[in-house]
Amino acid sequence: MMRLFFALLAGAIFGTGLMLSGMTDTSKVQGWLDIFGAWDPTLAFVLGGAILPMLLAWRVAERRGKSSLGTPIPPKPEPLLDARLLGGSALFGFGWALVGLCPGPAMASLSYGGWQGLLFFAAMVVGMIGHGRLRQRQEARPA
Amino acid sequence: MDWAWGFAGGLLIGGAAALFLLVNGRIMGASGLLGGLVDGSGRVNFAERSAFIAGLVGAPALIALIHAHPDTNATSNVGLLVIGGLAVGFGTRMANGCTSGHGVCGISRFSLRGIAATLAYLFFGGLTMLVVRHGLGML
Repeated sequence: MMRLFFALLAGAIFGTGLMLSGMTDTSKVQGWLDIFGAWDPTLAFVLGGAILPMLLAWRVAERRGKSSLGTPIPPKPEPLLDARLLGGSALFGFGWALVGLCPGPAMASLSYGGWQGLLFFAAMVVGMIGHGRLRQRQEARPA
Repeated sequence: MDWAWGFAGGLLIGGAAALFLLVNGRIMGASGLLGGLVDGSGRVNFAERSAFIAGLVGAPALIALIHAHPDTNATSNVGLLVIGGLAVGFGTRMANGCTSGHGVCGISRFSLRGIAATLAYLFFGGLTMLVVRHGLGML
């Protein structure tokens, strides 16, 4: 129960932060990506503000090795730069620029984003399921 | 004053990620939390994922209901919404992370994968804006 309560609380703080910071305003996000146009630097402050508490949190987490509820702290991934990481990120950047929504803000604005937000969210879920299916098929195929 | 709201909201985003890490021992990644629910790969902690997403959708809904909601200014171009959504959904799962997971939680851990993914999506986002907004006159 504690685990669920703190997950709900973290989600609620995350959503409030996304709403407050302007991350659910697609024109601000597109303005941030428009480096060669009327560039809007707000997102640099959002990212900077978000990284600060996490710099501290990682130091504490890695020293303790375990969370308060006993889950081990996830190990740092191997520094592997592969086509999946870079290709997936490139595809994500392309879609992010087209609409100005990424997964967190797409969920945070579900209640006030109108049909546009709902359609984007639905397409995003289809993309996620599609990737899952493709992955399963690849893994099932004999080498 | 946009930058101050951005910074304050950013502190909340980072605070939420810190709480989720230190108390639950989880990395706060929006695409991973949702993706694991919808593609069936996250059955082990289904309830925890659902609770997080309930808070993420619910808190802004409550604020929008009792106070005010910001304009999302999203496009009404159905083609852009569908292509953009598909690319964001597929791409973030393929890269195993988005702005929250790679950007916030990865960079702050000095993870090479997080930093590289962030540079890649910023570069291709900027390139897309350049081509589609300034080249094709859309967006």
